[in-house]
Amino acid sequence: MFYREAGQFKTSYFADQAVFPIRQDRIGLALILGVAFVILPLTASGFFLSVVMVPVLIFALAAIGLNILTGYAGLVSLGTGGFMGVGAFACYKLTTLFPGVNVIVWILASGLFASALGILFGLPSLRIKGFYLAVATLAAQFFLDWAFVRLPWLVNNNVSGAIEVPIRTLFGVAVTGPTATPQFRYLVILSIVTLLTWFASNLVHGRIGRSWMAVRDMDLAAELIGIELPGTKLLAFAVSSYYCGVAGALMVFLWYGSAEPGVFGIDLSFSILFMVIIGGLGSLIGSFFGAALIYGLPIVLRGTLNAIGAQITPATVEHLTFMTVGALIILFLIIEPSGLARLWQIGKQKLRVWPFPY
Amino acid sequence: MNLLYAVFVDPFVQMGTAPDLLAQTLWEGLVAGVLYALIALGFVLIFKASGVFNFAQGIMVVFAALTLVGVYETLGRWGVPPGALAAYLALAISVVVMLGLAVLVERVMLRPLVNQPDIILFMATFGLTYFLIGLGELTFGGNPKRMIADELYLPSGTYDIKMLGGFVSMQKIDIAAVVIVSLMVAILSFFFQKTRIGRALRAVADSHKAALSVGISLEQIWVVVWFAAGIVALATGIMWGARSEVSFSLQIIALKALPVLILGGFTSIPGAIVGGLIIGIGEKIGEFYWGPLLGSGIESWLAYVIALAFLLFRPQGLFGEKIIERI
Repeated sequence: MFYREAGQFKTSYFADQAVFPIRQDRIGLALILGVAFVILPLTASGFFLSVVMVPVLIFALAAIGLNILTGYAGLVSLGTGGFMGVGAFACYKLTTLFPGVNVIVWILASGLFASALGILFGLPSLRIKGFYLAVATLAAQFFLDWAFVRLPWLVNNNVSGAIEVPIRTLFGVAVTGPTATPQFRYLVILSIVTLLTWFASNLVHGRIGRSWMAVRDMDLAAELIGIELPGTKLLAFAVSSYYCGVAGALMVFLWYGSAEPGVFGIDLSFSILFMVIIGGLGSLIGSFFGAALIYGLPIVLRGTLNAIGAQITPATVEHLTFMTVGALIILFLIIEPSGLARLWQIGKQKLRVWPFPY
Repeated sequence: MNLLYAVFVDPFVQMGTAPDLLAQTLWEGLVAGVLYALIALGFVLIFKASGVFNFAQGIMVVFAALTLVGVYETLGRWGVPPGALAAYLALAISVVVMLGLAVLVERVMLRPLVNQPDIILFMATFGLTYFLIGLGELTFGGNPKRMIADELYLPSGTYDIKMLGGFVSMQKIDIAAVVIVSLMVAILSFFFQKTRIGRALRAVADSHKAALSVGISLEQIWVVVWFAAGIVALATGIMWGARSEVSFSLQIIALKALPVLILGGFTSIPGAIVGGLIIGIGEKIGEFYWGPLLGSGIESWLAYVIALAFLLFRPQGLFGEKIIERI
């Protein structure tokens, strides 16, 4: 009824293979992009942008990275936090060594360092799989955690041991550091995330994405139909770590402003994995849903609990939040193990056939 | 050259010149290994019988220990005189709590998730972890507590043994830990090999469908394994708690048990024990002799590297079942 593709005929292969073959989808996407790029920066408060939109976008980017590895190539990784850290530290080193080059270039380049380490720590995947691999990627997480603390060279030997983001400009306007406005930071992040999402979408819909999915579904069979396993798996690690690295650099440079090594700990890895699973394995839009839900849920819960009872102590609120988040995660998994992306699909189908049930 | 000397010669010279220190390090590694093995055992029990990689084992350890201490304190407030009676009463109540947890987990979490992919079940145990963290802190408070080791008649103090030209000191509680772990493994092995439920467990581990078709109740088996894992968690909690104190940071040690698991194989009880010992000893020796070279603190990842090195040669772990893949 609301959402029907009747009367939209495809007259070329190109049109038939489009990522969004239905006109309403394209209109919807254009609307969302319009709102995100034009209306939000003009109307929303700086607080909303920097507390809600910026973190969600950055987490979504990291979740896309992990989703490429776990959802598309079927390799579970628990080292996401470490790779995000590599991106952040690489970006810091690069921008302090070469302050003349635009910081955006370095943010995008820092992902390459994460990529290189991703390939290195992805090597065990050629030999082991499943949970054995998941635990093996923890080696990356713990090693990188240790390295961030133990190598003072990474933070230019400053005493605090933390990254302190210098002020950098883009088109003459401050984009990082304390003087950057939330609106501008938000726009920069949104552009990078949109660009990289578009790239990821093309990647997973093309030959490479299909070979990843073949490896995910059954790697032996994939090998038999002529997919080269080592290259495919390592490429998945490289691309995934690139996304995580860029997300890490964005997180420190455009959101936190300064970061201790501790923020790239195992908790970060786990929460990104949550975003991927709750959002939907093997779905790009799911990564955004998952990021919004997992990041937003504790905040909303805390807010609600604080609102309903002033007599509850903050500690109790914290504990109740933990309990509720845990229970909700189990509940989500029971209701829809394929994640929010699947609910989105079902919702669209319902709209398509409404008011008839089939 | 200096570096090569420091890596390949110096540590061994140190070992040769101070054998008592080596013995002390080995003993500490052994004890740590036994305790890692104990956590790994909890993982293996559940993985064997239900294919669930139970991430919540670490928090179950904390939760069990907190329950024990919390119940003991509550009993004290209700007028039960502190001492052995109250301690053992608290122990019994904690066992009942772990049974209740097992039943709840099976009813609420596992039953609706039957037949889902492994990773979904893995994630569900994460949800359980968060839930138990919240529940534990809410009920018992977040402050570290003292384990009631003396009241449970666990020994304290140290033995100093004169050997190899020096003193090697052994905590009595560590010796008790080694004894208790050996006992538990013996009992569990007996349970798995000889009893009716144990055989049913092994049948379930082999194939859910085949086990169902010969009339084994999956639900009942799952409750039994989660309960067994809960008991193992309780024992682990008491041992670790007695060594330091009961707090939520104990949960970190669960992460230490993961390399033990991949080293020994997810499905093997002997693997958990041997893996635990290799990791424990390797970690302590590595930290003590090679750690200073890298600026110490390498304990956090050395275990994983050791495990990875083994995995390159045996992808299913030392004692894991051979992975056979069919198309």
